Amino acid sequence: MKFINIMFACLFMSLAMFIHSAKAEDHAVSATQQAVQPSDDKAVQIVTSCDGRKKIIVEGCREGEAMPEQKARKVAELLMALMEFCELEITAKIPKTGMAVQLSVNGEPYITITDIGELPLVLVHGGKPHTEREKRIWAAEMDRMIQEGYAVFHDSALGTNGISCDMCHPDAANTHPETYPKFQTQIKKAVLLRDMINWCIENPQEGKKLAEDDPRMKALEAYILSARAGEKLEPGKH
Amino acid sequence: MSTKKEGKHKQSLYPSSAGISRREFLKTALATGVLATGAGCAIRVSTSGAQQVEIKQGTNGFTIAYISDSHLLARGKEHRFAKALIKAVEDVNNLKPQPDFVLYGGDLAQLGLREELSLGKDIIAELKPKLYMMVGEHDWYFDMGEVWKEFFGKPTYSFDHKGVHFIVLNSVVVEDYWSEAKMTPMERMLFMAQLDNPKGRPFTVGEEQRKWLSDDLSAVSKDTPIVIFSHSPLYKYYKAWNFWTDDAEDVQKLLAPFKTVTVIHGHTHQVLTNKVGNIAFHGMLSTAWPWPYAPEGIPKLTMQMDRPDPFNQFDGMGWGIIDTLPNGHVNKTYKLWERNPMFVSHEKVSTGGGFVSGHSY
Repeated sequence: MKFINIMFACLFMSLAMFIHSAKAEDHAVSATQQAVQPSDDKAVQIVTSCDGRKKIIVEGCREGEAMPEQKARKVAELLMALMEFCELEITAKIPKTGMAVQLSVNGEPYITITDIGELPLVLVHGGKPHTEREKRIWAAEMDRMIQEGYAVFHDSALGTNGISCDMCHPDAANTHPETYPKFQTQIKKAVLLRDMINWCIENPQEGKKLAEDDPRMKALEAYILSARAGEKLEPGKH
Repeated sequence: MSTKKEGKHKQSLYPSSAGISRREFLKTALATGVLATGAGCAIRVSTSGAQQVEIKQGTNGFTIAYISDSHLLARGKEHRFAKALIKAVEDVNNLKPQPDFVLYGGDLAQLGLREELSLGKDIIAELKPKLYMMVGEHDWYFDMGEVWKEFFGKPTYSFDHKGVHFIVLNSVVVEDYWSEAKMTPMERMLFMAQLDNPKGRPFTVGEEQRKWLSDDLSAVSKDTPIVIFSHSPLYKYYKAWNFWTDDAEDVQKLLAPFKTVTVIHGHTHQVLTNKVGNIAFHGMLSTAWPWPYAPEGIPKLTMQMDRPDPFNQFDGMGWGIIDTLPNGHVNKTYKLWERNPMFVSHEKVSTGGGFVSGHSY
């Protein structure tokens, strides 16, 4: 914690100076600014954090010139946000116009974000965006679990009397997973969805209840929850 | 805690329950807590559709009872579904006076097996009044109705009773998709039996039966009251669960010229009221389990029944009474087990107002 505090103190001081210099249209270069020779006609300024791990390349601003206040604030905001990710070496590029920011993490190719709020999502995986292949695998794996639940839900083998869940709960209607945990008056204690699933198995279906970590129980929960996607969580609702 | 005043109030709430003795009422009322909770509850009920009935027994008006959707499995008379059907048969047999006849609303069996239909046949044979049978998809799609027809005769027929023309349809006709898919009879049956089957196909009355209906109606005067029994609702409620008849409009068109038409249907296992043009529609309760109301498409006239308590095996289920009035219109009473009956009068359906929804699902 102490280290982080020191880091922030350092950053605030630098930023205060930086913004001040921009506002005052003072040509003095602050401690966090370095001169860079623009290649061809492209003018840039580079702002570096005091730990040296974060670098923001501001395009369209010549070294030594004051930034417009709006841009300076954006740089400050971005730098503050990037400092949250202590371990990562990050280079950011702010283009001359537009809202998009390009990021390179630990020397990886640049990726684009349109809002600083996206940073935690992008950087939690080390700055590598999810590939389409990854997304397909995840969706397929999730769907497989839900489909297993669908099959159990529609199979009377869960009980002994030929009755299956879907007979009373078409499309998982009237299961209300979003209302658990709740005090189930008939059971006389607070229960989870799985307790009601087991109650249904033991009573209307006259079967043997499932262990809580039974793959069929997990799959049933997966199916029921997926069928109620978008419902507001309201634990305790009756 | 019953007082004379409360008793009188009860009579005005449920005038059609003439067959219920005071003792039966007290039993129901105590069980459901109406008397214990007092007038607040009773007032709520009275605002939600109860009305005086002008029916006079023994004149032109008469009473029919129905039992429907028992979904029997070949697991003997001790299975909970068989016990529920036996309970309904006993209730109907205890009605005083007895109804003119009983209509069985279809889905006697769950998987269309001979054993299931045979068990059902034995149980309903105990009914004292005359019995008319209707077929449901669960009775039909294992052997395409072979055993059902052997036991109960034709699925499509009509008859006249005390000035009313009754028609019984097979409204669960589905276009053949199983031959090409090379389904076994049981695969076909299970496919049909799954309500939330996304690959299911909609029910129809079908061209052949519509032709029959047209011929049958050609001999009936436009002033004659008509009551149609169909397993599926003869309108479009919710397609994803096959609460639906795909050629409903064509059937309704055939009925449009008639002054007084009522459709009583099974399949939906819930209190359900609708009106399309000149036609009033009433659902039937199941003896086996209640279906939830569909997420959309519930007809505006429907006064929803309360959400059933799963811990009570008989809650949300039951049987019902159809009072045919001297003018040929129908009052419908849902005899929900363990709860107060729900009464839907002809006036309420024809004026279309004053319904209060029950608990939502």
